[in-house]
Amino acid sequence: MGMIALGVAAALNVGQNGALAASAEHGKTAFVQNGCWQCHGTVGQGSIMTSGGKRLAPDPLPWETFYAFVRSTNRAMPPYSGKILSDGDLADIYAYLQSIPKPPDATSIPLLNP
Amino acid sequence: MARVLSQTRLNRRKFLAGVAVTGAASAPLAADASNAVAPSLPPASPRPSALRPNAVIAAAETTTPQPSMQAGGIPNSDFMVDVIKSLDIEYLPCNPASSFRALHESLINYGGNKKPEFLTCTHEESSVAMAHGYFKIAGKPLLVLCHGTVGLQHAAMSIYNAWCDRVPVIVMGGTDLDASKRPPGVPTFHSAQDINALVRDFTKWDDQPVSLQHFAQSTVRAYKLAMTPPYEPVMIALHAGLQEETTHERAKLSIPRYVPTAPPQGEMNAVREAARLLVAAEHPVIIADKYARTADGIKCLVQLAEVLQAPVIDQKGRMNFPNTHHLLQNSRAQALIKDADVILGLELSDYWATVNGFIDNGDKDGVGLQESHIKPNARLISINSVQLNTKSNYQDFQRFQVVDVDMAGDAEATMPALVEAVKQALPSERKAAIEARGAGMKKAWNEARVRTRQAASYAWDASPISTARMTMEVYAQIKDLDWSSVGADRQLSSWPTRLWPMDKHYHHIGGPGGFGVGYNLPGAVGAALANRDAGRFSVNFQPDGDFMYAPGVLWTAARHKIPLLSVMHNNRGYHQEVMHVQRMSNRRDRVASLRNDIGPVGTRLENPAIDYGKLAGSMGMWSAGPITDPGELAPALKKAVQVVKAGEPALVDVVTQPR
Repeated sequence: MGMIALGVAAALNVGQNGALAASAEHGKTAFVQNGCWQCHGTVGQGSIMTSGGKRLAPDPLPWETFYAFVRSTNRAMPPYSGKILSDGDLADIYAYLQSIPKPPDATSIPLLNP
Repeated sequence: MARVLSQTRLNRRKFLAGVAVTGAASAPLAADASNAVAPSLPPASPRPSALRPNAVIAAAETTTPQPSMQAGGIPNSDFMVDVIKSLDIEYLPCNPASSFRALHESLINYGGNKKPEFLTCTHEESSVAMAHGYFKIAGKPLLVLCHGTVGLQHAAMSIYNAWCDRVPVIVMGGTDLDASKRPPGVPTFHSAQDINALVRDFTKWDDQPVSLQHFAQSTVRAYKLAMTPPYEPVMIALHAGLQEETTHERAKLSIPRYVPTAPPQGEMNAVREAARLLVAAEHPVIIADKYARTADGIKCLVQLAEVLQAPVIDQKGRMNFPNTHHLLQNSRAQALIKDADVILGLELSDYWATVNGFIDNGDKDGVGLQESHIKPNARLISINSVQLNTKSNYQDFQRFQVVDVDMAGDAEATMPALVEAVKQALPSERKAAIEARGAGMKKAWNEARVRTRQAASYAWDASPISTARMTMEVYAQIKDLDWSSVGADRQLSSWPTRLWPMDKHYHHIGGPGGFGVGYNLPGAVGAALANRDAGRFSVNFQPDGDFMYAPGVLWTAARHKIPLLSVMHNNRGYHQEVMHVQRMSNRRDRVASLRNDIGPVGTRLENPAIDYGKLAGSMGMWSAGPITDPGELAPALKKAVQVVKAGEPALVDVVTQPR
């Protein structure tokens, strides 16, 4: 799978940072249309109930790892083949995740420190 | 089952029969003397579909009923009220029905509509779920009356939830058994030979009394069985004839005294063996689900955990353990279970799933991945009363899990003996290691607290509003009150039970038990009713899909002034099913069809979006929303809290993230 991922990265001319060249705006739409938001929330914040508490953003996984996981996971998350989620849309989704800013530190939010 | 009906008493059944015969005999007539003797006319056809009443019927239906002329007799249903009152039942959440009209009349006219007080419900599913939620705060069951067939079918889902959640509800269903005397048509559609059969698989006991003395014995027995752990719903079929007849023998009837049954306790040799294992363990773990029935149950579990300095995982079927205590280690549950050498399970609904993993990914010919999460030599202990009352058909008993020390007994009742046994078994040389374990738990608890708050900060300013933000905006408004969270919080990533400090037995009440959608809203109203009587503030995070099953319970809350703050967790979908259909589409390598929605066809509650604020407002409640900007939450919630503090229900509709 690692070879496949690298091959795709090369074909798209994207790498860890190269995915930024994709469209974050379209990625946001694709993130919703392909159901990613269902378990991960609309800004990738995750949930202990639906993503084991794992977050997609900010600071998403390295592109190669992210790509391989989406294509081949056999754990709780259902895999997305290229037939139902194109490499282009996946790269855009990655760009969207990269565009999500970090949240404020929890200690700076009064409601979280009652 | 003889029916002794006074010849001089107004007999509605004969009037109805008269109407039918009259209808057969004549065209619709005005209510005048011309059809006053119609019952004696011969039948003819065709029969009209409706008739104006004759003079006698019209008078009976429109004037004040005259007192019974049966000297010395009393309505049977008055005696039934005496029996019910002996059980100190506070409320009667019911949808009215003709099959218990006699008891209904006695409850309000003879019983004075007090203990129990009739609460008008718009659906039997709501009635039973209200009783369910009420019990989880008050610790006392309610009585629910329902139509024996159609009403009981409505109630059945809620009874199943109560069964799975081990909650007692006393259900009585009206039925008219005498086919030769009951009115034809609707009352006969609504009668059955054995209405209890409908719910027998998920009630603890049922009966169909045929005399008043039988009714007294069975009602007290039903209450007693329901209130003996494992608590469960019970069912009494209430023959309409028995209710409506008159007795001249009240003095000969007796009402058995209710004496609570001592709860079953784990066998002492097994308790001592469990203590020996726990004391010797390097990595013991305590897991509680439907354990704490009372506030004392929480205190006792704290004692056990502290003696051992053992981590506690609260599966939240009840408020089992304070989340302010350093031994509550839910955030490390998986790691602790994998590392455990001894696990003590307290009233676990699903021991198998606690110590095994299941991944629904279609592997292994569609079965999915199943894997043990525990060490091969881990020793498992169970204290669980539910195996004293297991039935076969419905699979709420879950998968079979082998345990090493298995006690069929009530865990809370067993806990004092287990604490003492552990203290006695604890050698002094183990104390240092146990203290060191406690220090590690304190460190882990503090670290988890920081992690949880940081996790809550993600999507803090997002729209739709994050469930963590909504949770803490609500807490900011209620934190200085004596509050009680009366809804299940699993659907919103459990933020309330993760972020709010909870140390009182009413701080949360767990979930529906059977996960039948439609419990949360009426369950919350019932719990709020109990909290009202205790002077507490009730708050409920209300899922939208659950809301739409029977929203009429909000009217019940408004009608009976049950103060409850409902905050909508409005993710505009049946979200679990959103994900299920997506999963199946991926597994089959197909794109999930969305059409114009943002989730698979058939799973979304949008286009048009439902305005829950307007819906609540239409039933007499204060409401606000839909709110999509997190900045607008605080002012709306502040107003809502004031409404609730003044004794009324209020609802704030919040458009949220999915979980």
